[in-house]
Amino acid sequence: MAEYEFETEGVKKTFTFMNRKAPYGTVYALEVLETVLISAAFEQHANIVFADDGVYQLKAGHDTTGIGMKNFSPTFGIIEMEKEDADEDEDIDMVWRIIVEKESMEARGLTADDFKVEVEVLSAAELADIVDASDCVISG
Amino acid sequence: MLHTVNKSPFERNSLDTCLRLAKKGSAILLIEDGVIGAVKGTVQSAKIEGAVKDHPVFVLGPDLKARGLAEDQVIDGVKVVDYAGFVDLAEEHGTHSAWL
Amino acid sequence: MAAYTVNGVDYEHDEEGYILDVTNWNEDLAKVIAVEEGLDMTDEHWLVVNFLREYYNEYQIAPAVRVLVKAVKKQFGAEKGSNKYLYELFPYGPAKQACKVAGLPKPTGCV
Repeated sequence: MAEYEFETEGVKKTFTFMNRKAPYGTVYALEVLETVLISAAFEQHANIVFADDGVYQLKAGHDTTGIGMKNFSPTFGIIEMEKEDADEDEDIDMVWRIIVEKESMEARGLTADDFKVEVEVLSAAELADIVDASDCVISG
Repeated sequence: MLHTVNKSPFERNSLDTCLRLAKKGSAILLIEDGVIGAVKGTVQSAKIEGAVKDHPVFVLGPDLKARGLAEDQVIDGVKVVDYAGFVDLAEEHGTHSAWL
Repeated sequence: MAAYTVNGVDYEHDEEGYILDVTNWNEDLAKVIAVEEGLDMTDEHWLVVNFLREYYNEYQIAPAVRVLVKAVKKQFGAEKGSNKYLYELFPYGPAKQACKVAGLPKPTGCV
């Protein structure tokens, strides 16, 4: 770790993190999560979106003891905490949204109650506008 | 916004999700195995046949050629571009979303 | 594998001194690691170490430095809520040294 100073003054962009893969089978989910956590340091706007099998990343009750992999489900709590911090602290100009695509959720027989964190459930059409308005889309 | 799809619709749902979440009017470019979605007469063809009504749709020629797919097999309304055309699309649209 | 020996018990660590099993941690072990690191543990050091442990238990990951700075700010006041202050406590870096004393795995990336 070094004491770098990043010049982000006045730069404010909207990032969309598109999570489309189930956890543990591939490294996509964990990689996107780490990218989201790092991005918090730059105080940018972020839409953390879960679609397709990505909705399973948020499923409550992950227990990875039987597969010998680290359960990264608790780490999603940091996203929720960052979001709450940003919402409450007037000095932080950062809007974070945790969004689940309704069609993907329903196709898998899930409801918002199945998730570990509070989410906004949006239709594909509503989500399309959000994706289109993003400055940067990071896919996983 | 330029959307790219690099997976075959026979293998993944990337094209389906792209078509669901790409805003009407935004451009779609099929690359790598994604070019298979642009071929006429397959059980997947209806997806891109429908997409060309709402989006400018492009396919990367070198990826078609590499897979033995000829330009005349490409669905009507889909434009074949080369790498220079890919760069132009990226430059024109500014923002990008990759469907993997 | 090298190990710290505390009260007759061996605690294995990697070549950089991070203990291998985070669940083995205890305060006596932390004191031994701190001595190895050349740290004179004060209440302020312990506060950082305890914060790291609580955060790790909850989220399974070490906090980003800015989160740590914010937490210290809340406890000790604005003048101490800085990267500089954390470096005064842990001269070789809060991530590197404080995580080691707290028994956390070596942080990946720039936390």
